[in-house]
Amino acid sequence: MTPEFALELRGVRKTYPGFALKDVSFTLPRGYIGGLIGPNGSGKTTIIKLIMNLIRREAGDIRVFGLDNRTAEVEVKSRIGFVYDVPGFWDDQSLDSQRRALGAFYPRWSDETFHRLAREFALPLDKKYKALSHGAKTKFALAMALSHGADLLIMDEPTAGLDPVFRRELLQRLSALLQDEGKSVLFSTHITSDLERVADVITFIRGGEIVFSLTRDELLDGWAVVKGDERVIRELDPRLVKGVRHRAFGVEALVSDGGAARRAVGSRAVVDKVTLDEVMVLMAGENRHAA
Amino acid sequence: MRILIANSSPDPIYEQIVRQIKAQIIAGGLSEGEPLPSIRKLAQDLQISVITTKRAFDELEAEGFVDTVAGKGTFVAAQNAEFLREKRMKAVEEKLAAAVAEAQLMGMGHAQLSEMLRLLCEEGS
Repeated sequence: MTPEFALELRGVRKTYPGFALKDVSFTLPRGYIGGLIGPNGSGKTTIIKLIMNLIRREAGDIRVFGLDNRTAEVEVKSRIGFVYDVPGFWDDQSLDSQRRALGAFYPRWSDETFHRLAREFALPLDKKYKALSHGAKTKFALAMALSHGADLLIMDEPTAGLDPVFRRELLQRLSALLQDEGKSVLFSTHITSDLERVADVITFIRGGEIVFSLTRDELLDGWAVVKGDERVIRELDPRLVKGVRHRAFGVEALVSDGGAARRAVGSRAVVDKVTLDEVMVLMAGENRHAA
Repeated sequence: MRILIANSSPDPIYEQIVRQIKAQIIAGGLSEGEPLPSIRKLAQDLQISVITTKRAFDELEAEGFVDTVAGKGTFVAAQNAEFLREKRMKAVEEKLAAAVAEAQLMGMGHAQLSEMLRLLCEEGS
């Protein structure tokens, strides 16, 4: 039977001095794009390193296509395409020799796919890795990840430092990959506009804890921002209020049910669509990074 | 088929898709039996979530605008009576809207317009 989830994390824990991932649980159904968002230092990269078994978890369960990522590490890794912000490529070797060396590790490696992508990305195959621009390095990492027939693409901040044209191209690649229902993507980012439309599931992590993991529509169509004066905001059902911020000219509250908020406040406040940026800012709470 | 998604619209993306596909079926731009693109293809072309697209198709199917045949795809459904009624209502609405626009141009108010409509309805019955 094909497993329902590309990725399952249950009660995953990892402690560092001054930082801990606490019982992290979330799932990514097979065939979808999952976005991992959160402020810097919230634990996104730690989660990805744990999935890749680059660091050891202290507790919990991580399954990729139903397989334990430690006991079935070889199979799991052959099915993951990994695009990391500090990729493990050799600075002084040409792209083509890295293709030959690394491709040999993957049973489903396709030179044909690699060369097609290299042409599409205009990669200079005879050049050394270190001579590449940041964008070209990312493209190379992506071409490598897509050429070994991975079923799950995991990308850590793939769009950081890239221009909007390439970011758009990358997103188009991802949805092209998803034409095959067996493929899934998990990517972490702090550029939330990248995820606003294409992500199917959005998982928000803050201070080492998962705050929510919701479908894009549940979050961006269901939640809302109420903008009004203090009195109206205070009347809102506290169970709905996920974050409040005081501004110079009024108060903003993030609510988890826009429809209910609209009925409650009527015309006394503005109920606006929410963006991922606003979710992050409003959930960060009062006075953080305050001007 | 033509679908334009406005990010600035207060309406959810799935609703925008439902509305535009419905409008094209009602206007006859999409005819009975015509295949719609697959959910994943549409998601790719519009650069939106697969789940959003799936929700739009589910809604269209629930309202009887399309039929999904397992393994084959989604097709424009045969138009039923309720559907034709909706189509006609839309035509009436368009004509009324034109009349309202004309009335507003000459400064005719709501009350005056309603009165005229009432008289016309009585004449017709």
